[in-house]
Amino acid sequence: MSYRITVNGELHLVDASPDTPLLYVLRNDLGLNGPKFGCGLGQCGACAALVGGKLTRTCSIALRDVDNVTTLEGLGTVQKPHPLQRSFIDAQAAQCGYCSNGMIMAAKALLDRNPNPSEEEIRNALADQLCRCGVHNRVVHAVRRAAAELAR
Amino acid sequence: MTAKGLSRRRFTQTLGIVVASFALASRSAFSQTPGALPFSLRNNRKLEGWIRLEPDETVTIFTGKAELGQGILTALAQIAADELDVGLEKIRMVSADTSRGPDEQYTFGSQSIEQSGSAIRAASAEARGILLAASARRFGVRTEDLQVANGTVTSPDGRRATYWEIAKKDPNLLRGDVAATAAPKKPSDYSLVGKSVNRIDLPGKLTGAPSYVQDMRLPGMLFARVLRPPRYGAKLVSLDETAVRSLPGVVAVVRDGNFLAVAAKREEQAIAARDALASAAHWSDDAVPLLDMADLRGGLKKLRAETIVVGATGQSEPVADQAKRVSAEYTRSYLSHASIGPSCAVAWLKDGHITVWSHTQGVFPLRGDLAKALGMQNSQVDVVHMPGAGCYGHNGADDAALDAALVADAVPGTPVKLQWMRDDEFAWAPFGPGMAMGVEAGLASDGRIVDWSYDVWSNSHAMRPGQAGGVNLLAAWDLNTPFAKSPPPHIPQPFGDGDRNAVPSYELPRKEIRNHLLLDTPVRNGSFRTLGAHGNIFAIECFMDELADVAGIDALAFRLLHLRDPRARAVLQAAADKAGWTPGKRGDGRNGRGLAFCRYKSIGMYAAAVVDVEVDRKTGVIKVPRVVMAADIGLVVNPDGAKNQLEGGIVQAVSLTLKEQVTFDRREITSRDWSGYPILTFPEVPRVEVILMDRSEPSLGAGEGSLPPTSAALANAFAHATGRRLRELPMTPERVKASLS
Repeated sequence: MSYRITVNGELHLVDASPDTPLLYVLRNDLGLNGPKFGCGLGQCGACAALVGGKLTRTCSIALRDVDNVTTLEGLGTVQKPHPLQRSFIDAQAAQCGYCSNGMIMAAKALLDRNPNPSEEEIRNALADQLCRCGVHNRVVHAVRRAAAELAR
Repeated sequence: MTAKGLSRRRFTQTLGIVVASFALASRSAFSQTPGALPFSLRNNRKLEGWIRLEPDETVTIFTGKAELGQGILTALAQIAADELDVGLEKIRMVSADTSRGPDEQYTFGSQSIEQSGSAIRAASAEARGILLAASARRFGVRTEDLQVANGTVTSPDGRRATYWEIAKKDPNLLRGDVAATAAPKKPSDYSLVGKSVNRIDLPGKLTGAPSYVQDMRLPGMLFARVLRPPRYGAKLVSLDETAVRSLPGVVAVVRDGNFLAVAAKREEQAIAARDALASAAHWSDDAVPLLDMADLRGGLKKLRAETIVVGATGQSEPVADQAKRVSAEYTRSYLSHASIGPSCAVAWLKDGHITVWSHTQGVFPLRGDLAKALGMQNSQVDVVHMPGAGCYGHNGADDAALDAALVADAVPGTPVKLQWMRDDEFAWAPFGPGMAMGVEAGLASDGRIVDWSYDVWSNSHAMRPGQAGGVNLLAAWDLNTPFAKSPPPHIPQPFGDGDRNAVPSYELPRKEIRNHLLLDTPVRNGSFRTLGAHGNIFAIECFMDELADVAGIDALAFRLLHLRDPRARAVLQAAADKAGWTPGKRGDGRNGRGLAFCRYKSIGMYAAAVVDVEVDRKTGVIKVPRVVMAADIGLVVNPDGAKNQLEGGIVQAVSLTLKEQVTFDRREITSRDWSGYPILTFPEVPRVEVILMDRSEPSLGAGEGSLPPTSAALANAFAHATGRRLRELPMTPERVKASLS
């Protein structure tokens, strides 16, 4: 069965069962790499994307419940990174980078609703995004930098 | 801790003691002889195996080390660019690959800068020398009169030629063996080494460019999942595959002994098939008896052990007069790598040759074990490193590689991507072994340590693939014709295994250190960041504080009293100064500050940590507001990259110390997801301040040495705050509350 889904502003027809978790559609049907498989349980946040503007664990939401998705790729590119992506690069706010997708998407959701968050608000907004390499402080720093840049 | 008078007889060891054989493991990368050919060059002599000039005026640098998220490719590119006199943007790095790169064994032990960095520096200096000599011949001038900048050589009269033009005239120019006679640059002549350079791989990783093995897509590729037994020791009794095979998209069900896997056209189909397989499989009730978590230390000490004295000084001398004798015992839990992405591999069997893409730490050792398990020749197997999620040691990467290869073997000609599920990773990847430590010391009346006796009990932390005598890959033990596990190698001091850093760096006139290598393996053991150093430094540095207390000397002063090495003293002083260490200051029951020191592997980086804690006496939660570390890693290649590694190690160590333990009942691993194995989260992460000492001595790896002193300093801070000491890790709220009640 074909499903219509808008991802990063483009309409796609996807040939997948309606109960397919969104993550596999994004990665395997649409060839996107941003959202990562981390746990499949909605616990770690590596698969996060914005669905209808809301931060969503794509491993735990079915294709049929979804439209209008923004992934990491929808923010920017290597040539033209989003201010958040640029601030993550400038702050070297990654080690392995596997969780970075979720960090950036959660930060995007935060800045969309609160353009000038305090450090505590950033830490709380990212509390459910797991990082194992220990780059948390750099991520917080990067989000603050991006907020400042977006405010200009 | 018990402090005893002089009458206490010396602790006697009841287990049999074997004197260590210090013979190096045959293939070991454990030693580096100063002044000799860099370790990695010894078996990889061909210059073109390290450096190639490409037609597009770039330089390809081959390393046998792998990008694990530590930024090694960037640091190695800095070294090559500096030595060759070319811009960083002209360097292309090729990481570990059996089909086209040097064999540098494993990416482990914080040795990549020391080993691959030294080799690439020597090879680059040699290539530059050869290119300059050829230019001198071409221009009819002396080499020393040439100028070189960004790969272009200029003669005194202004004639120019690029490296690539020079090499084009003589294709054999860079095809000889590296003699390592060309003198590398002096550190004062570096322009890139020593500067913070942004990681070359991060822009892609942060924008969704395909970067990881998980991102690989090959034509017609199938998705695979593995189904492991419910517990160690369980055997597959029966399986009706019919229902699984008829599920949508399922292409293959692979069954060999206790090994089960499925391949399907779509990933979610493979996951559904794995679930169906789990329902259809019947397993025997067999189980490997696991230790009682309530008495981990007692359980560990009861396992069969081989005991080796790994360090002894002054044992033939009588013990000097002791005013006090003190002893204590410490325990560390089993630890999980807990990488955010489960292990993954891609395998493709084509015309009798299999290529496996893996986030392994050792492509060559893995190739050897894969070939054995698959019944193929090494020449029929290639392993190519692709990044995975963060790697902190011997995780499931190698196992997933064999899993993928076994599925690929069932569908020849078709590439297969196999990723573990979260519970596969938590239940089956090798764990950092649980450890028990016991230490006893005598203090003279002036407070100096005059006698030191130390024991550590743990399974081997070294069970990687590529070791002699078997195959160290999970599925290989489950096949219908199973392979034996390779026995652990003997890793001599100063590197050590469970005894890494068991020999203190302090000046001790009389000491004996015994390593009890546990031979029974209740849970699967392997290498986790720092091997035994984390547990040993936790014990040694906590005990130093306990001794300082008994001696009535400040913790910093007590350490300095027993340290002669100026670099060791310098990091302690620098960390204490930065943190604002106040000698003799008492904790107030809630707030405290602790200190610890470690010279990693006794020959590696120096680090001193000062950790602050706030203890909530009601909830038992320990908060860590601030960690200060001073680190001496010799010549720093990439200061920000090194800081990132040190900071990450500090945060990970706080997580290990406060939260982490693999849990099990007497039959099964029970920590199988993130709720069962919580790690530190954003609101709990301390502020971290790292001081890098300004040194010009040879570089020392920075990947691991920040963890051990952080854990110990945190425990010391708790004791400082509350006057109670926790000698068991992790320091969970339950343990905190119990110790305060």
